[in-house]
Amino acid sequence: MSVKELLKSHGTPPREVYFDLENSPFVPKEVVEEMLPYFNKYGYGNPAITHKPGWEAYGVLLEAKEFIAKTICAESPEEIVFTHSGTEANNLAVLGIALKNRKRKGKIVVSAIEHLSVTFAAEYSSKLFGHEVAVVPVDEDGFIDPEIFEAYMSKDVFLVSIQTVNHEIGTIQNIKELVKIAKDYNPDVVFHTDAAEAYARLRFSVKDLGVDLVTLSSSKIHGPRGAGALYVRRGIELEPVIRGQISVEKLWPGAENIPAIVGFKKAAELAFDNFEENVKKMKNLRDMLMEGILDRVPDVLVNGPRGNLRAPDNVNVSFLYVEGEALTIELSLRGIYVSSASACTSRMLEPSHVLLAIGRKYEEAHGSILFKISRYHSEEDINYALENIVEAVKRLREISPIKGVKNE
Amino acid sequence: MSKMPLLYSPKVLEIFKNPKNLGKMEDASVVAEAGSPACGDIIKIYLKIEKVDGEDTIVKASFESYGCAANIASASILTELVKGKTIKEAWNISWKQISDELGGLPSIKYHCSILAVGALKRAIRKYYKDRQRPEWLPEEETPEEKQALEVERLIERLYKGLEQVGT
Ligand SMILES: Cc1ncc(COP(=O)(O)O)c(C=O)c1O
Ligand code: FES
Repeated sequence: MSVKELLKSHGTPPREVYFDLENSPFVPKEVVEEMLPYFNKYGYGNPAITHKPGWEAYGVLLEAKEFIAKTICAESPEEIVFTHSGTEANNLAVLGIALKNRKRKGKIVVSAIEHLSVTFAAEYSSKLFGHEVAVVPVDEDGFIDPEIFEAYMSKDVFLVSIQTVNHEIGTIQNIKELVKIAKDYNPDVVFHTDAAEAYARLRFSVKDLGVDLVTLSSSKIHGPRGAGALYVRRGIELEPVIRGQISVEKLWPGAENIPAIVGFKKAAELAFDNFEENVKKMKNLRDMLMEGILDRVPDVLVNGPRGNLRAPDNVNVSFLYVEGEALTIELSLRGIYVSSASACTSRMLEPSHVLLAIGRKYEEAHGSILFKISRYHSEEDINYALENIVEAVKRLREISPIKGVKNE
Repeated sequence: MSKMPLLYSPKVLEIFKNPKNLGKMEDASVVAEAGSPACGDIIKIYLKIEKVDGEDTIVKASFESYGCAANIASASILTELVKGKTIKEAWNISWKQISDELGGLPSIKYHCSILAVGALKRAIRKYYKDRQRPEWLPEEETPEEKQALEVERLIERLYKGLEQVGT
C-alpha cells in the first residue's frame, strides 16, 4: 500500500476548500514570505550567540514578544515565553505549576472539554505527584455553571485550567467570572487559560481577565507550526518541564525556532489589522454555512452554542444516520477538507470527549463534522461547500440502513 | 481525541466511490445485520437464495452500511464474493479474505470486515432457522461467529463505559 497510489485513486478535485484549520494551518503567502529570509539571509543565527546573525535573531524574537504582549495587554514582553507549539505551552503551564507543587498534596481543576494537552498533562501530574484532578462538568452547550465551578474550589486547589474557547464546539467561556470565583476563594491559586482558539478571533486582555497563564499557538491563527507561547504573569513561578541547553527561554530549553516565531508574529499582525472586519467576515461566513446546512439537510444537530457565545470561526454539526469518517472521505473526493470526531476516526474507537461531555450520544457523535472558518474563505467557497455537503450526505444516507423519519 | 494516520488501499477508495450491490432488496430471502446502532457501526446484508442444481445458492446479495469507508468497502466486497456461491461455500468466507481482497485493511479497521462476516453468518443461520439445518453447518457457534459477536459486545461495552465517563 502506498500513499502515492491512494492519492492517485483520489485524484485532484476541480475546486478545493480547506476547512480543517483545527488540525493543521493553511499558511498564507504573506506569512511564508516574511519567514523566508530567516532561514538563510537574516537572523538565521541562534539568538543566544554573540555575532551578527545571532543578535539579529534576538532582535526579532524580542519584537515578536513585544507585539504579542501588546495584543493581549500583557504588562511586559518578558511575560511571553516561546515554546514550539500550543501543546508544549499547555504542558509547561500545567506541569510547570505541578512540579512547583510536587511536595504537597493538592488539586488541579480542569473542565471536561479541555484540549487533551491540558487533560493529559493534568493526568500525568496525578500519576507523577499524586495530585488530585477534579473535572468540572459542562452543560449541553459546553458552558461551565459558575455555581458548580465554585463547588469545586477548596483550599488545596493550586491550579485551575479552563480554556477560553473550545476547539471543537466553539463555546466561549466566561473566564473573567471563573477567575474571580477562584481567586475570591484563594488568592494564591494559579489560573491558566488555554486561549489557542480565542487568540486573534476574540479580543481579550490578560489584566482584565485576571489570568496568570495563557496558552497561544501559531498554528491556530494561520501561522506556521513550530511556534507557541505561554503568557506567564510576572511573579508566577513555574519549573521547566523539559531539560536542555537554555538559549533565551529559561522555561523552555532548546534553540528557539526563529522563522516560525517570525511567522507567528506576522500571522498575528495580519489578524489584528482590520480585526473587527475580519471577525465580522468570519461570523457571516460561519452563519451562512451553518444556516445553509440546517436549511438544506434534514436531521442535523448543531454541536455547541449558537449566537454570540459561539466562536466566530466554528461550525460543528452532526449529520444523523451517516458516519463521520466516511463523510470526511466523501467530502475530500469533492475537494472539501474537514474532520470528524466520530469513533471510527479515533485511535481508541471512541468519539471525542468533548461531544460526550455535552451529552451527545454515541450515535449523535458518529456523524459529527467540524468546519473552521477563516477570513481567507469566500462566499463562493461556502456555496461550493454547501452544494457538496448536500450531495455527500445524501449519498451516504442512501447507503445507510438507518433512515430518518423524513427519509423513510 | 487522538487521531491516527490511516492509509487505505486504493482499492478501498475505489469501492467506496462505487460500491456494488448497494441498497435494500425487496425480495430478499433473508436479511441480517451486525453491529449496533448505539455504537455506530452497522452492516446489513440481504440475500436472495434459490435452489440451483439442488444446492441452496445465493443468487443475489446486497448491503447497507452505517460506518466508515472500510465498513462500506468490506460489505461491498462481501456481497460480490457470495454472489453465485452455494451457501455452504459462502459460509467459509473469512474476514481475512475480505481484507485481502481489499488490498489489506489497516489493523484498527479489521473489526469492520469481521462485522461484515458476522452479518453474513447471522443471515445464513437465520435462513436455516425454520429449515432443516444442513450437515455442514455446525450446531455450535464457530470461533468466527463468536469473534463477530465479541466485536459487537466490545463496542457495546465501550459505549456503556464511555457514557458513564461522559456524564
Ligand atoms: C484549544 C487548543 N489548545 C491547544 C492546542 C495545541 O496546539 P498545537 O497544535 O500548536 O500543539 C490546540 C490545537 O489543536 C487547541 O485547539
Ligand atoms: S465502521 Fe467504525 S471503524 Fe469501521
